[in-house]
Amino acid sequence: MSSTNMSTNASTDPSIDPSAAAPNPAAQADQKPSDQSPPGVSSGRSWRPDLRGRPELWLVPAVFVVVMLAWEFGVKLFGVKEFVLPPPSRILEQLRVQLESDLFWRHVWVTTEEAMIGFVIGVLAAMVLGTAISQLSLVEKTLMPYIVAFQTVPKVALAPLFVVWFGFGLTSKIVMAAVISFFPMLINVIEGLRSADADRIQMLKVFGAGRWQVFRKVQMPSAMPFIFAGIDIGIVFSILGAVVGEFIGAQEGLGYLLLQTNYNFDIPGMFAVLVVLSVMGLVAHAVVRLIQRRVTFWAEQSRVIGA
Amino acid sequence: MSHTAPMERAAVPSDAAAGTEAAADANPSWIRVEGLDKVYHPKRSAPTLALSDIDLHVRRGEFVSVVGPSGCGKTTLLKILAGLIPRTKGEVSIAGREVDRPIPEVGMVFQAATLLPWRTILQNVMVPAEIQKLDKRKSLARAHDLLDMVGLGEFKDKYPFELSGGMQQRAGICRALVHDPAVILMDEPFGALDAMTREYMNLELLRIWKESRATIVLVTHSIPEAVFLSDRVVVMSPRPGRIAEVLDIDIPRPRELRMMSSDAAGVYVERIRKYFNASVID
Repeated sequence: MSSTNMSTNASTDPSIDPSAAAPNPAAQADQKPSDQSPPGVSSGRSWRPDLRGRPELWLVPAVFVVVMLAWEFGVKLFGVKEFVLPPPSRILEQLRVQLESDLFWRHVWVTTEEAMIGFVIGVLAAMVLGTAISQLSLVEKTLMPYIVAFQTVPKVALAPLFVVWFGFGLTSKIVMAAVISFFPMLINVIEGLRSADADRIQMLKVFGAGRWQVFRKVQMPSAMPFIFAGIDIGIVFSILGAVVGEFIGAQEGLGYLLLQTNYNFDIPGMFAVLVVLSVMGLVAHAVVRLIQRRVTFWAEQSRVIGA
Repeated sequence: MSHTAPMERAAVPSDAAAGTEAAADANPSWIRVEGLDKVYHPKRSAPTLALSDIDLHVRRGEFVSVVGPSGCGKTTLLKILAGLIPRTKGEVSIAGREVDRPIPEVGMVFQAATLLPWRTILQNVMVPAEIQKLDKRKSLARAHDLLDMVGLGEFKDKYPFELSGGMQQRAGICRALVHDPAVILMDEPFGALDAMTREYMNLELLRIWKESRATIVLVTHSIPEAVFLSDRVVVMSPRPGRIAEVLDIDIPRPRELRMMSSDAAGVYVERIRKYFNASVID
């Protein structure tokens, strides 16, 4: 590489540490991360909570404690029957009993499996169809009326039909979870691919980019914040879908367990299952957010739409 | 192709500039625009003539600015040169090649830096090389050199949001140069910068121009900027966009900022400003 612009540059081999040839003294105050740092590892941001700047960090647990105490003593004070509303202490006790039982974990696993397989199918289908719709206007014009129409159908109402079609086993629940996570994902994929900045697309075209390169280098990355919004909603919806499917007809799973505890007037047991379901939802949400922060770190304030 | 280094290109005359100095003088148009018309056909309203009978010849290695009041079609002209929009009539060629789509011999700098926020500065500069599938090792070396040249060497692995506007625009200029284009088109590249940064960037641009030996066509709102930077200034008048005058700027190079307060520069600026004032009174 012979070049006219090496005059200020002592190094002739670009593969050696570029900081050795840095002409800019202002940069030295800046701690440079290692040369090949992967995207997503941004410069040292502290994760230690700063209580002064963020009152919510103690307000959130405080609200929880107050509500639990009010519930616990309110129930006893007004003599509410346990099969109407059990106190948190009874729910906790029941939860501990269930968590020690292998059968309970079997139910948790079944519901998780149904939700996750359904979620993956729903998301992949939405990505494929969303991409086709955003890239091919004929597909968009043909299919959009049907998608809008189908979107207005309450998907939960289809659960009995799916049980008829796919039986009492896993399949009907997987289909339910897939269908219910498909739509929020589809809308976000379409909107996300459309959100690509026209100036950025024009920039790529000036340098000779074809359609595929525009898609891969601008549209797809631009869509990532939207896609993660869709995934975030879809993953929680998929648990909902699996539970609803189990309500209609199943021999195992947390939805089935909810119905069993209900029939037996084991209301503390029911609450315990609800607690487990919300924890599952929270964990799923947290995992998605964790990955999202690494992938779309550049979108500080992403313009994303909801369900 | 275009991955030869600037030194080599300057040393070995290319086919387009074929042969002797005399031949080059006889056919001096590196960028050739002849009888160019552009008509826009907006939906629901009458067609508008944006550019009318534009003739423009730019020599190889020349620095030409295009100025004119808003709506005179200067950005339209630049987009046609970039191959982004079709022309209605006339001929446009760059380096002997007809322009009817974007051609790899052209690099462009935009009003906003238009960096991709998910890529590091180095990865952003590499975009044209990736698109044109140039030799990765050579392009990387050139990208490193360019970033060092504009003082961004320490910021290669930063993301655009970690850089100031001026630094982002410098990265945008590196990106326009990484595939070693014969022509650089600039669309009001410094419009968004504050006055101080803008002056600094003007000096920076002259340095880059000198070192890359590229041909530059700059569209700008700023008359003093055009006079300071250019060999020639093309003044356009609006509705329809025509070339009102082409001025040779006889200010010696290398140019320094203090030359802008000289009488010579003042005369050029005043003369160009008259066209602007006339169209305001219109």
